[in-house]
Amino acid sequence: MSSFSITEPSNRTKWFAGTLVILYAVITMIPLVWIAITGFKSPADAIAYPPKYIVGSESEAGFQPTLEGYVNLFTTRTRQTQDFLDANPPETWADEIVRQYDMVIVGPSKFGERFMNSVIIGFGSTFLSVFLGTLAAYAFSRFKIPLADDLLFFILSTRMMPPIAVAIPIFLMYRQLNLSDTHLGMILLYTAVNISLAVWLLKSFIDGIPTEYEEAALIDGYTRFQAFYKVVLPQAATGIASTAIFCLIFSWNEYAFAVLLTTANAQTAPPFIPTIIGIGGLDWPAIAAGVTLFLLPVMVFTILLRKHLLRGITFGAVRK
Amino acid sequence: MSDRTIDRVAAATPPPVARKIRGLSDRAIAWIFVAPTIFLLLAINIFPLIWTIRLSFTNYRANRLTREPEFIGLRNYERILTDSDIWLNMQATAHFLFWTIFFQVLIGFTLAWLINKKFKGNDLWTTIIVLPMMLSPAVVGNFWKFLYQPQIGLFNYIVSFFTGKDPSSFEMLGQVNLAPWSIVIVDTWMWTPFVMLICLAGLRSIPDYIYEAAEIDRASKLRQFFTITIPMVLPFLMLAVLFRGIENFKMFDLVVQLTGGGPGSVTELTSINLKREAFEKWRTGYASAYAIILFVTVFGLASIYVKALNKVKER
Repeated sequence: MSSFSITEPSNRTKWFAGTLVILYAVITMIPLVWIAITGFKSPADAIAYPPKYIVGSESEAGFQPTLEGYVNLFTTRTRQTQDFLDANPPETWADEIVRQYDMVIVGPSKFGERFMNSVIIGFGSTFLSVFLGTLAAYAFSRFKIPLADDLLFFILSTRMMPPIAVAIPIFLMYRQLNLSDTHLGMILLYTAVNISLAVWLLKSFIDGIPTEYEEAALIDGYTRFQAFYKVVLPQAATGIASTAIFCLIFSWNEYAFAVLLTTANAQTAPPFIPTIIGIGGLDWPAIAAGVTLFLLPVMVFTILLRKHLLRGITFGAVRK
Repeated sequence: MSDRTIDRVAAATPPPVARKIRGLSDRAIAWIFVAPTIFLLLAINIFPLIWTIRLSFTNYRANRLTREPEFIGLRNYERILTDSDIWLNMQATAHFLFWTIFFQVLIGFTLAWLINKKFKGNDLWTTIIVLPMMLSPAVVGNFWKFLYQPQIGLFNYIVSFFTGKDPSSFEMLGQVNLAPWSIVIVDTWMWTPFVMLICLAGLRSIPDYIYEAAEIDRASKLRQFFTITIPMVLPFLMLAVLFRGIENFKMFDLVVQLTGGGPGSVTELTSINLKREAFEKWRTGYASAYAIILFVTVFGLASIYVKALNKVKER
């Protein structure tokens, strides 16, 4: 034990703890790595047993990487007669890949569209919840609002409701208002779910900004509104950004409302990915490719912005 | 709040001038800022809840638009609470809740404790461990289904590699005795990091001087662990359990993608059953009553739990 600090763990303890944690981290990553690899396999290699995990080797465990999964994910294909295939030589590398199965690409698949829906609905609802959340959080932080505590608790308690319980009347309500299967409907719905967290997180950030700056600005002749967006907003930027990431991740990942309330026009990627069907069963490489593309942005975000994110997760626990 | 300089200035100034200084009054701004949020929550959370309560007393079916719903009093509630199948779903939910929380607390706390030993690079590895909980549960369920495939799946391969069992001799998703554990495994994989992060926050909140004092008193490491570490982390741990409990009671997307409630109905959690009643059988009134019962159950259990939590905190 070191003589400087009696609470500092010894090197052997550190080494031991580090090994166990890294071991857990490696095990926890296996499923994700496996899906990423599967996206680059041919359908036959994807379901081979024993599993193939070495790239490009001739051994039993080796497989040739291919972009077939990605091509299948983004295109629709039809089988053609030999005459047709002979008369129309393949034009692109993607054409060549599907020729192995005597097929030709006839158009894009729905994946691009669904992915774009996820982007539109995700960003739309994030913008709206952060915008409204910032206004409400500022008001709760700076003004005397009657019953403020009750209102804040009410805002938080709406998160306890099971999504299906809310989905029944929302389904009926949206049918009446012609909002079912629209981007606007989903944006409003996700905003309503996100806004409670947004208000709570942002209030804690704005509470941390000293009021003196605004007061100085007000005395200098700013209106309250000018003081809000010229003085407070720039200082709350970090808080706003990390709140936005939480909202974005929620909307991006949401499935229950999406599968119940959308069918074609506004369907997002999570309900779509499991429905990708290949020839004779599920097309696992294409599904794996879709999963990889869908999960990648969130993982990159998490790693890049880990400091803010990890603080946000424990926020609820530490605050109360 | 009324002793702010600006308020005093405003109070001393005649009203027209004050309005010029401050633009809209603070009270008007407060309401303009809060109103949209409240309105949205009323429209999309509270109004639907009230509507659900109203529907729960009727025999309404959302797929039959022409028939007028009839008021049938408490019949839906009576039918649900006396239905033995629903008690089976409750049992499946209880099994899922108990074991996921058990494993997540055990593994999550251990990991947090190890990470708190502050070895080199611990924040990087923490981030990697946290990745699963950031992902879409439905998509996670979907690709775990691939890992669980009998014969070809990686999970069966790894199990057979270590135990020598024939990989085609068991089906995680297809066997009545294994399917409930398959969802426990995936949920644990996904959500252990959440419990870990909250425990970590708890461990980091313990000031060093408490341990230093214990060290001077010659308390053993084991004794320090049980008399300092555990009691100080307990409120955090209990909060993590509360969050996980509420979330897993609502659990839908992960399990629906993995097993769809099967085989038979051994993994048919209440939320999946609710979805079936509401959006496949279209028994809207009945499902509404079901939803209300679930909501009241969560709310009731959560408030009892929070009371217990506050007692622990006060100690």
